[in-house]
Amino acid sequence: MTIYYNEMVDGGLVREPYAMLSDWIETMPAEIRQMKQAEAEALFRRIGITFAVYGEGGDPDRLIPFDMMPRVFLQGEWRRLERGIKQRARGLNAFLRDVYGRGEIVRAGRIPAPLVYRNAAYEKAVVGFVPPRGVFSHIVGIDIVRTGRDEFHVLEDNCRTPSGVSYMLENREIMMRMFPALFRNNRIEPVDQYPELLRRTLASVAPAKCEGEPTVVILTPGHYNSAYYEHSFLANLMGVELVEGSDLFVDGGFVYMRTTQGPKRVDVIYRRIDDQFLDPLCFRRDSMLGVPGLMDVWRSGGVSIASAPGAGVADDKAVYTFVPEMIRFYLGEEPILNNVQTWTLWKDDDYRYVMANLKDLVVKEVHGSGGYGMLIGPRATKAEIEAFAERIKADPGNYIAQPTLALSTSPTFVDEGVAPRHVDLRPFCLCGDRIELVPGGLTRVALREGSLVVNSSQGGGVKDTWVLSE
Amino acid sequence: MLSRTAANLFWMGRHLERAETAARLLDVGARITLLPNTAEGYRNEWESLLRASGAQAAFAERYGDEITQENVETWLFFDHANPSSVASCIERAREGGRIVRTALTSQVWDALNSAYQDLRALERRSRGQLDPAMLTDFTTRHSSTVRGAINATQLRNDGWHFINLGYSLERADATARLLDVKYFVLLPRVEFVGSGLDNYQWQVILRALSAHRAFHWAYGGEVTASKVADFLILNGESPRSLLTSLYEAVWHLDGLVRRYGAAVPASASARAHETLEQLIARDIEAIFDEGLHEFLSWFINEVASISNAVHDDYLSGRM
Repeated sequence: MTIYYNEMVDGGLVREPYAMLSDWIETMPAEIRQMKQAEAEALFRRIGITFAVYGEGGDPDRLIPFDMMPRVFLQGEWRRLERGIKQRARGLNAFLRDVYGRGEIVRAGRIPAPLVYRNAAYEKAVVGFVPPRGVFSHIVGIDIVRTGRDEFHVLEDNCRTPSGVSYMLENREIMMRMFPALFRNNRIEPVDQYPELLRRTLASVAPAKCEGEPTVVILTPGHYNSAYYEHSFLANLMGVELVEGSDLFVDGGFVYMRTTQGPKRVDVIYRRIDDQFLDPLCFRRDSMLGVPGLMDVWRSGGVSIASAPGAGVADDKAVYTFVPEMIRFYLGEEPILNNVQTWTLWKDDDYRYVMANLKDLVVKEVHGSGGYGMLIGPRATKAEIEAFAERIKADPGNYIAQPTLALSTSPTFVDEGVAPRHVDLRPFCLCGDRIELVPGGLTRVALREGSLVVNSSQGGGVKDTWVLSE
Repeated sequence: MLSRTAANLFWMGRHLERAETAARLLDVGARITLLPNTAEGYRNEWESLLRASGAQAAFAERYGDEITQENVETWLFFDHANPSSVASCIERAREGGRIVRTALTSQVWDALNSAYQDLRALERRSRGQLDPAMLTDFTTRHSSTVRGAINATQLRNDGWHFINLGYSLERADATARLLDVKYFVLLPRVEFVGSGLDNYQWQVILRALSAHRAFHWAYGGEVTASKVADFLILNGESPRSLLTSLYEAVWHLDGLVRRYGAAVPASASARAHETLEQLIARDIEAIFDEGLHEFLSWFINEVASISNAVHDDYLSGRM
């Protein structure tokens, strides 16, 4: 029997961060709660915060369920998390600088060469290039789970284009609108400076050839993308143009956007499209989303791209196991946040152990995301486990395994009242001339009783995340 | 401003105006069927309505010769296969707005998105609960809300000019087409000119433009062809007249020219000024002497040229 850490109740007592919320819950009758919940949903729909689930048909405009019960961190808890997150972001960027340069960490034998150089996300076109300020990944999303009072583990790093920050901001906005008294009576650190910090971070990595105030744009695949709302939301709050590939063109070593007043030079592109689609001359030739010639301009210092092409080599699930090693190697520090114990199936020992213990483990594809293509041993039937074992045998190198984590629970509104549900956390760390982290992040919650999968595509919801100030 | 953003704003304006035109047609058709009139009965009236919307052939392709009230209602309001139906126009206006969210205030987006969400709720209701008057009210109410939000909250910047250019050019085009249809389609034979039927149909046109009351305030007395034509072509007080619509287009084009200065081509503005001068130089007798149809063909052509010039000057993304 696994014991799950309950963030609200510890040793039979309501923990301090949730103390004031238990009053709030008790004084809110069921009908008011239902009314507020309906109000929140109407707000989300009216603002247009919806996402698309691919390939399932039905209503393309879906809402991610919003749980009004906030998740709360104490100042002290957060400070430690913050140090750990920033440390990890520094380590990941140091790794990227290294593997596209001399590859010291590989030469030192701390990471196997094939894992880096044969990685699908390793971009040969990037080798030998150092982007402005040496930053490859400017927005690092680090997925964190809690398993005990002082135990936090990193589940996954996202060095390319982590999404979800619009929910962090909108969840707060809606909570403040619906329950102003909660915010008056508690000292909750604000998160709404994020867009400004992001704009500053992006401007700080403008290329040397940039003259005057840098022009920043967000590059989106277009309005059919499931995260389009987030792209336009951020562009709006930062006051920058939201462009599609066809709005940009390359001329004489620079990138320009087509405007009603003629061409305008672009200095920094915050791209929300994958590497493979960035430049049809360099990557996929059939890409209609990118800009022909963009990579040449980038490499010659005419424009900055955030995150840099090739940044994905730092965040796949196989490289993940070496992140603590990176922190020791580059920073000479001990990692503040631990990894989850991980078995890599291309190692014989690990392979044998995992195959013998499938029923107790979670097995994931190295390049999978969104909760797809994974096996949760304790929840799977015998037939499912056997079917999955066949898939592993066919290509062991494509899988890693982890123990089923005792994800902490946070109080959550359910039909019967308030009940514990499992949660994780994605904070968004910004790397430019400085490393910045707003106090908060996106808390995802598995709304089904007992479920450990928090992905929105699998029935997960979101919560506002509070950090209490001293 | 991105050329693509400007194009989306321009077309958002056009689609919003076009939705209203479709709803007005529906309203007027429903009104006519309540009155005893021609020997051929209501069927003929619905048909004239389809002609007025220039969609007779497309309609026939989809519904055959079943020109029933329900089919026409479906076609003009709900049918997504009809690019000019209220549903198509609202959906496209909202999609355009979604693409350029950053260029709209939250009030405008809210109004636009509410119109779309309400439309979807309406589409789920059984048709028995819906009548044409309600559908028209639905459309005019939502389009007024969007319009009001644009006027009250949008910055008076280039984006505002593009939205309003879309509105005014679309409106100029719609009024001209409706007038043209009156003369060449509604009235089957030339000896009917000046007959009771002729005058009745002029009233229908006025209603289609929600202008019958305004007309009486402005002119009084009997409804005659030349008075109605004057009201809808040359009257600067009439909100949907060709003159008013064109004047607004010119005003917004001038705004763009002032804002962008000499570095940006201004062929649309030049073209619109030319057309405006030629329009002002005419009086209603001259137009009838020239032939109403010939005059309207010229005007529709001019509006298309101005629209193309707007595209070349601002929306095409010159490199």
